[in-house]
Amino acid sequence: MRPTPAPRTALLASRVRFEEKRILEALDRRGIPRTLIDARTVHQHLDDGRPPWDLVLNREISATRALYAALTFEAMGVPVLDSAAAVETCGDKWRTSLALRAAGIPTPPAALALTAEAGEEAAERLGYPVVLKPLVGSWGRRVALLPDAAALRTVLEYCDALPSPQAKLVYLQSYVDKPDRDIRVIVVGGTPIGAVYRRSDEWRTNVARGSTTEPCELTPDIAAPAAAAAKETGAQIAGVDLVEDRDGRPYVLEVNHGVEFKGFQHAHGDRTDVAQEIVDRLVLEVNT
Amino acid sequence: MTTATQTCPECDGPLKVDDSVSASEVIECPECRSELEVVTTRPLLLAVAPEVEEDWGE
Repeated sequence: MRPTPAPRTALLASRVRFEEKRILEALDRRGIPRTLIDARTVHQHLDDGRPPWDLVLNREISATRALYAALTFEAMGVPVLDSAAAVETCGDKWRTSLALRAAGIPTPPAALALTAEAGEEAAERLGYPVVLKPLVGSWGRRVALLPDAAALRTVLEYCDALPSPQAKLVYLQSYVDKPDRDIRVIVVGGTPIGAVYRRSDEWRTNVARGSTTEPCELTPDIAAPAAAAAKETGAQIAGVDLVEDRDGRPYVLEVNHGVEFKGFQHAHGDRTDVAQEIVDRLVLEVNT
Repeated sequence: MTTATQTCPECDGPLKVDDSVSASEVIECPECRSELEVVTTRPLLLAVAPEVEEDWGE
């Protein structure tokens, strides 16, 4: 029997971070032919044929470019991980909330208001303190924990002055009174492969904000909602963020496509290799 | 593994660049802390990395 040919893989990224380097190294270790494509150089014409790859690993840091690149390559017949649908859902906090709620996955109460004025009423119903987040964005940027209506009103005035129509929409989430940590679960191809606690001196626990990470036992209580959240958002390579309330009940906060796993990898060392899991569970499964 | 000594395009300070860097990789200047992007590897060409944009993230 002839061996199955390795899938010709394109890694799409305009910024090669720790994660992209690890994935490229893992592809090389498995002898998979790969091309690094700078998303800033991509132009695809309607009459162009199918690109010469069997799979695109979508690691583009710009959510807009990641979405349109995925839409394009999928239309040309090339599977993309994470897909356009996953980028669209995970890249928008309200769409994520809707997907989680529709599937009955525990997530904090949340609301979307279409104007600043409606945002004040929505916050009153949720109750203070309330967390205001931009619909699009990452690393905890412009995420605000607001203790009362006066603070909310002030921040909403700033949001209303932003040029993007989308930035004027108000996404609010109830604040979960949590320990000084949250949990990130990495899910690859539907399987949770590990988890870390992220601890911080401040309430935002993003690694990009300087949080520290340490291994977290992957118990069924967190593995099950994490796997379900990845499935419902369509993310094949997902970083699912959860918080526990004071009684230990987990809630899914968000699902990240194009997940960064530097902190996870440092916490787990050689015991779990995320890049290798991506290559072994997803890339090698592609039918060429 | 070898390194090449380059000049930071922001501060003109010296920095060592590992020969395993990839195009589009971002490195930090030890002198001025600027983020620098590897534009090409052959020849090795560095530029100040783009500022973070609103929709960047994971």
